[in-house]
Amino acid sequence: MAKKVNKYQLKIPSSTNHLELIREFVTNLARDVGFDDERISQIELAVDEACTNVVKHAYKGDDRQPLDVLVKTDPKKFKIIISDKGKGFNPKLIKTPDMKKYLTEMRVGGLGIYLMQTLMDEVDFKIEPGKRNQVQLVKYIPQ
Amino acid sequence: MSGFEIAQLEKNQIVTLHLKGFLDAHTAPDLEAELEKCIQNKQYKVIVNFQELGYISSAGLGVFMGFIEEIRKNGGDIKLTNMSSKIFRVFDLLGFPALYEIFNTEEEAVQKFT
Repeated sequence: MAKKVNKYQLKIPSSTNHLELIREFVTNLARDVGFDDERISQIELAVDEACTNVVKHAYKGDDRQPLDVLVKTDPKKFKIIISDKGKGFNPKLIKTPDMKKYLTEMRVGGLGIYLMQTLMDEVDFKIEPGKRNQVQLVKYIPQ
Repeated sequence: MSGFEIAQLEKNQIVTLHLKGFLDAHTAPDLEAELEKCIQNKQYKVIVNFQELGYISSAGLGVFMGFIEEIRKNGGDIKLTNMSSKIFRVFDLLGFPALYEIFNTEEEAVQKFT
């Protein structure tokens, strides 16, 4: 028997003003699936970091570009796909920050991808600059 | 929408900022402006109370990183208090407790300054 997949989509302009709405959208769905508060907070933060990166880096602060948040759930996985049409990046060039060095040098910013990778079970980037960039975040649903 | 609010209080040359709501990439500039004001007014002893803060992202954490060096250079500090476990977990995940003093109550932070 095919496993049941549910899809939910939020399409909004790329403004940081909408981060709160995105977080509510994703946390409500995560709660429905049955995640505990700690996991809901992890998903909330990872999605916020991914969307903030889209606004700040892919669109360089232009708040009228398309930002898509698609949530797909099946009995095992809670998957969030964040898509944009902005400037891409090479995910292979993103290095895991050395946190000790980071803190002693008191750097600002650049923690988003590190957080996503720490908070989620799977993080995957599909980058086609100007066409479509996607970040896929997956959290396994406790069985 | 709950947004973000900052209430500022000054007593015995210590500034306390009470944060309320959500501190993310949208609202971080408000906190930046408030800390900027402290530096302009040469108020280098700052306590940030997180009791009513429901959410923080790395954009919010970044604000503290942007000011701590200058504040400490002037003999002050930013001390953090009253964090919920949700907020503390984000600080802890990034190793921030090694860099900032975090207290359960405002009184403990005040005592450390005096």
